[in-house]
Amino acid sequence: MTELVAGGLVVVGSALTVISAIGLYRFRDVFARVHAAGKAAPLGAALVFAGAALQFGELAVAARFALVLGLLSLTFPVGVHMVVRAAYRSGTELAPDVTVDELSDARRRRDEG
Amino acid sequence: MSFDTLAVVGLALLGVAATGAVVRVGIASSLADRVIALDLLVVIAVMAIAIESARDDTTAFLDDLMVVALLGFVATTAVARFIERRGAR
Repeated sequence: MTELVAGGLVVVGSALTVISAIGLYRFRDVFARVHAAGKAAPLGAALVFAGAALQFGELAVAARFALVLGLLSLTFPVGVHMVVRAAYRSGTELAPDVTVDELSDARRRRDEG
Repeated sequence: MSFDTLAVVGLALLGVAATGAVVRVGIASSLADRVIALDLLVVIAVMAIAIESARDDTTAFLDDLMVVALLGFVATTAVARFIERRGAR
């Protein structure tokens, strides 16, 4: 039974990662794509780690998975956010049908000095 | 249905996701796009290591999980600084 639950968690987590990869194609610009990659992937990792820890069934191993998950879910969203921030500041255009860009004034002011 | 079967299904799904990410790296229109796809690839690698070590019931690779995850963050940060200095494309 535990085995089934562990396997189920692994499969669901992997399926979430596939959805995250699909999101890389379905969204139109970098700023939308980062949502697919930055949110679904750490959640998928959480499920996969939970499944793997359950399969091991040892507290020491589960603690290590928890540590890796903590590090991953702290650093991964920050990392992709830094990339997107750099992309916006260096002038990457939003998708043409995006109508609201609340940072555009700030960017224009900065470009003008 | 044993854990082994389900783990192989999970690994196959991760393979699909990794293929998608690699193709995305190839057809990406900007550097930021590529870096995000590569970042996803790093997380997929971490997950695959976790599944594989649970399948083999060995704790030998658990430290590698941490190393790969943190290396991925450092690399992403470095590229983000690089994009900011050099400009997109």
